[in-house]
Amino acid sequence: MRYSGFRVIAEALTGHKGWKPVWRDPEPQSEYDYIIVGGGGHGLATAYYLAKEFGQARIAVLEKGYLGGGNVGRNTTIIRSNYLLDGNEPFYEFSLKLWEGLEQDFNYNAMVSQRGIMNLIHTDAQRDAFTRRGNAMIMHGAGARLLNRDEVRAMYPWLNFDDARFPIKGALAQPRGGTVRHDAVAWGYARGADMRGVDLIQNCEVTGMRIENGRIKGVETNRGFIGAKKVGVAVAGSSSKVMAHAGMRLPIESHVLQAFVSEGLKPLIDGVITFGAGHFYVSQSDKGGLVFGGDIDGYNSYAQRGNLPVIEDVAEGGMALMPAIGRVRLLRTWGGIMDMSMDGSPIIDRTHVEGLYFNGGWCYGGFKATPASGWCFAHLMAKDAPHPTATAYRFDRFLKGRMIDEKGQGAQPNLH
Amino acid sequence: MIIHHPILGPRDAQEFVYLGDASLMDRPDGMTAGIEEFHEYLYQRGNPAGEHRELWYHEQGDRSWLVVTRNTVTHEITKVELARDVARAKGRSK
Repeated sequence: MRYSGFRVIAEALTGHKGWKPVWRDPEPQSEYDYIIVGGGGHGLATAYYLAKEFGQARIAVLEKGYLGGGNVGRNTTIIRSNYLLDGNEPFYEFSLKLWEGLEQDFNYNAMVSQRGIMNLIHTDAQRDAFTRRGNAMIMHGAGARLLNRDEVRAMYPWLNFDDARFPIKGALAQPRGGTVRHDAVAWGYARGADMRGVDLIQNCEVTGMRIENGRIKGVETNRGFIGAKKVGVAVAGSSSKVMAHAGMRLPIESHVLQAFVSEGLKPLIDGVITFGAGHFYVSQSDKGGLVFGGDIDGYNSYAQRGNLPVIEDVAEGGMALMPAIGRVRLLRTWGGIMDMSMDGSPIIDRTHVEGLYFNGGWCYGGFKATPASGWCFAHLMAKDAPHPTATAYRFDRFLKGRMIDEKGQGAQPNLH
Repeated sequence: MIIHHPILGPRDAQEFVYLGDASLMDRPDGMTAGIEEFHEYLYQRGNPAGEHRELWYHEQGDRSWLVVTRNTVTHEITKVELARDVARAKGRSK
């Protein structure tokens, strides 16, 4: 089923009776060429690009719960490519370019909205650092603009420009950044993969891996053994649990990150604002709710819920930046589990088991990476060689001293 | 979360700074251990879903290091020890 404006009008006139489920609910076959573990954004994108761009067949996605029920449905929907380091920036720019063509590519409305993102500047030193990062972005074709105080004020006159601790002196903006309808990303990839013959198998939890002579033979699941020539794991949040089936320990800790939505307001913020110094960032959804977040809770957790002190901390950050929201009520808060890696950057790599591949360690930045993550993981699995933009995301970078540490925090995952 | 400090009694977790897995106490001997052993110590984690022994520092209290046994699925804390006692039980700092 393809979508078109004509189809929407025709359905509207006939009571919307013609819409059908957009993907099948198949029984698992006994064997596949490729199994992707994890039916979230990254797993579905991997299956989609494996089938579409790399011409592979007999692919299954195994999902423990339902499609898109994890972090792809729990994030704050921001896309951007405003990184500094060589290992990161080309990859995230590749991702942003894929976002720009995504809806036409998979014929699904993901509401990609390049409304712009800005990182606020409070000191001269920060302006220097952001200028350098902006130059790195420009050199990689990502585009960047340094805004002065008046330019920021023209866009958001109600920000607290004269805060005693963090007065706003300007901002680094990426006009191509923005937001995307996060659930639609999972649905669009799922639909596109299903149309190309990928089996999307839900309620199918991987409980073990069958490895013989150092080679993957398939996975044990709660629906029986499923054989596979190659298995790719994309289960960020639960990476340590799943990879333990292959006897691996990972450079990853699982942490909980909370996000928040306020009651609906009239249009107030048309882009994304990040207030790094106050550990707060915010955008406004098309429904009018302020979507915002802050730091991770800071301790290992597999509970998809956080604690109140961080909610207080984020609310304080919001009030410091936008005193006008003082009477706005919070509508919802929720938590998701992040793979926090030891340098704050992800891993897309082979493992010591032949035919077993890993994609994870996305920290709290996985959503914006979804298209490139899927593409690069599919590239790695199909060709057994890393995609040119993802060559640095290796397991052994910690052993070899080639960390990609944007914040320079060292091996302290709760600080990235 | 409330951490039952062995000396000070029940304290709010907000008074503490979290470091991570309690295995960070067991640093290999720098004169004998190889690069692989240090890599394992510094970067690799068990990251269990369930019972987890971890280091908390009472920064806004008596500045003691604690080994807290906490369930990472429920956040329930079942045991709190002074890190000093844990280290001495292993024969350290004699």
